[in-house]
Amino acid sequence: MTFLLLQLLTGLAGASALFLVAAGLTVIFGVTRIVNFSHGSLYMVGAYVAWTVLGHLPRDPASFVLGVAVTALVLAAFGALLEVALLRRLYRAPELLQLLATFAIVLIVQDATQAIWGADDLPLPRPPWMRAFVRLGGERFPLYDLWLIAAGPLVLGALWLLLHRTRWGTLVRAATADREMVAALGVDQRLLFTGVFALGAGLAGLGGALALPEGTANLQLDLSAITDAFVVVLVGGLGSLPGAYLAAVLIGVLQAIGIFFVPKATLVIVFAVMAATLVVRPNGLLGRPAGAAREPEVAPLVLPAPRALLWAAACALMALAVAPLIVGPFAVSVLTEAMIALLFAASLHFMMGPGGMPSFGHAAWFGIGAYATALATTMLGAPFALALIAAPIAALLVAAAFGWFVVKLSGVYLAMLTLAFAQIIWAVAFQWSGLTGGDNGILSVWPPAWLADPRAFYWLTLALCIGGALLLRRALYAPFGWALRASRDSSLRAEAIGLPTAHVRLAAFALAGAAAGLAGGLTTFGKGSVFPSYIGIGRSVDALLMVLLGGVQTISGPLVGALAYTGLYDTLLRATDWWRLVLGAAILVLVLAFPQGIAGAAQRVWRGRAA
Amino acid sequence: MTILSVEALQKSFRGVPAVRGVSFAVGAGEMLALIGPNGAGKSTCFNMLNGQLRPDAGRVRLSERDIAGLSPRAVCRLGVGRTFQITATFASMTVRENVQMALLSHRQRIFRFWRPAGGQFVGEARALLSQVGMAAQAERAAGVLAYGDLKRLELAMALAGDPRLLLMDEPTAGMAPAERTALMALTRQLATERHLAVLFTEHDMDVVFGVADRILVLHQGELIAEGDAARVRADARVREVYLGSGATSGGH
Repeated sequence: MTFLLLQLLTGLAGASALFLVAAGLTVIFGVTRIVNFSHGSLYMVGAYVAWTVLGHLPRDPASFVLGVAVTALVLAAFGALLEVALLRRLYRAPELLQLLATFAIVLIVQDATQAIWGADDLPLPRPPWMRAFVRLGGERFPLYDLWLIAAGPLVLGALWLLLHRTRWGTLVRAATADREMVAALGVDQRLLFTGVFALGAGLAGLGGALALPEGTANLQLDLSAITDAFVVVLVGGLGSLPGAYLAAVLIGVLQAIGIFFVPKATLVIVFAVMAATLVVRPNGLLGRPAGAAREPEVAPLVLPAPRALLWAAACALMALAVAPLIVGPFAVSVLTEAMIALLFAASLHFMMGPGGMPSFGHAAWFGIGAYATALATTMLGAPFALALIAAPIAALLVAAAFGWFVVKLSGVYLAMLTLAFAQIIWAVAFQWSGLTGGDNGILSVWPPAWLADPRAFYWLTLALCIGGALLLRRALYAPFGWALRASRDSSLRAEAIGLPTAHVRLAAFALAGAAAGLAGGLTTFGKGSVFPSYIGIGRSVDALLMVLLGGVQTISGPLVGALAYTGLYDTLLRATDWWRLVLGAAILVLVLAFPQGIAGAAQRVWRGRAA
Repeated sequence: MTILSVEALQKSFRGVPAVRGVSFAVGAGEMLALIGPNGAGKSTCFNMLNGQLRPDAGRVRLSERDIAGLSPRAVCRLGVGRTFQITATFASMTVRENVQMALLSHRQRIFRFWRPAGGQFVGEARALLSQVGMAAQAERAAGVLAYGDLKRLELAMALAGDPRLLLMDEPTAGMAPAERTALMALTRQLATERHLAVLFTEHDMDVVFGVADRILVLHQGELIAEGDAARVRADARVREVYLGSGATSGGH
């Protein structure tokens, strides 16, 4: 009994920490409709700033409170600066491009933080009052956790007062409900948005500072915080603060109790809660359906590729085919990776562009393919061809089963559910070490002797990846691809002419999964090993970046994007230690200069010339 | 020949009755107008016919087959075309491709992954577009069409399924008066040529009295009058609840 009580309290303390991360994100999304990937970075910077500020202050509780407050203010100012300098230019951009830009901020902040504070984890020296315990039913419970438990409801109450008892708060709530209407009433939106962003950033800073005594300031905080925050915000309902608190408590307590009963499945629990919530209540616990955008984006026509482009593609293919005869082994390995990236990006584009189903967790299918190949080889002793075929088949089956939940959602919720699923798969790969080797991965999965030469393997990869991408492309111009686009353009009309939209979307989801799975299987043999990082957020983001860089609305976009991205990435990785900074900056420039992506911009120029 | 017959249709929302015991029938080649003041239950009635709403009670029969409660897609497959109050077409396709898409769907050619769709049913699509007077715009993007042209395109897409019954929800809403007359004249012609049964809701009384063979008047979920233009115009209850309000022509 006492034990359960203690776990419950631990869960509540965890819930407060989760709520503080999520509160800022949900406030910012509610008003600006920006899915701010860089919220985790603000949280991380909050932890570092708090480490510096608290290091210069005396160690008593009052100074601690002062230091935390200063940190929140510093972060609020940083947030305001970020909004004015960058995000303000993005409000009219498509949702996914905003996401790309905020991810660029994640990259830049990563390197900037490392430049300022160094790469080592920074623990906060804890004075005695912070290490104190209280006795609860004969057990010891950390005093600081009790303070944390109080912090969540306190912040929630303060925010409630701010939003319900001040004029500014009324405007924020009005803008959350109907942004256009508030603008029509003559409210200066720019000021409002800057304010909201500062508030959200300040809350992130507060969260980072309050969590610091329990951990360290480190460079992994950004992605772990943003994943937690997304889960909490989605379970609670986008834009709803009470919902976020409720979700934080639910997840915090389940996690604290779950760690006792199923210690190996804590990560799975979190994301399973999220998936279950979104299936039962697609808008989250306390969320309301988002109002439809008043000016829907009109997707451009899809025309057959111009002849010149086909010739250029044929020449590029020839060059790729003969390249290994000319370039060295390192370039061959880079090219192999580029081909795999190309298929991976094409598969994401298939569901995201024509299908209108953006995914933040596309790495799931890549990872399932990679593990299927590895396990088929090591556990079943399957020959090379069978093991490779197992990859797309396994990914297809799992994607078809999971897609059943996904295709009913749309937009950000759909993207988030895919992220949740990818995290579940990642957690399984990470925690079920008996099957997957856990963090150590599965090693020594090499292709047979006739493919031992990297050039031979490259040619096989080239054939399979280009072939796969071309098949996907072919399907997009076939009746199925039209039906997919029709379901995206207007599901109402599609159903009225007898299109089974759910089945079409599900089929597209499964096919995209299969293609990504093949890319994963090839990676297994290419590298000779599999690790949970194959399913990490980083890889999903890579695919997103490639597709968005190339341009979502052009059929050849992902191919251009994949080559540009792997090229940029490999060049930067070799040329500079600060590749994240440069890559982030490059992405920002591209987003601001070519909102339709590289291929989209090229297409505009081409058609403009033809007209 | 009766195409659609509706018997004692009922629907309530949270205990509030929206449609109460409505019965009527539409025959081949006939144009039946469903009118009534705002909130009379027109849209609810309509949505029960094409499967968007499931009736609480009553029957909806399409040539003797009970279709109440079937999904919109299943209803469509049985030969019911529909146009929407707010037009819905596929913006990333050309006008011709929109019609080709409808043809591909009706002929069950959706799960085909190889042969390009662009070359399939081109002739039929062009023929349908000619029928609705859109042949000249076939290669334009659907997303940039004028409103009246979008309505014509919707009509062509509905016809692609070779329907027996056409449901049109406020077909002329948002159009200029001259366009309204033209669209309804076109519909009349199609109904006669193809022996289509047409059921439409409409706010514009000029359109209704000008084109409909028969008119149904709904008021508070009940059918209060039925008959040709002269009879409905003369009906005392209709005058009282509807025409007496001054809405005799134009506007909404």
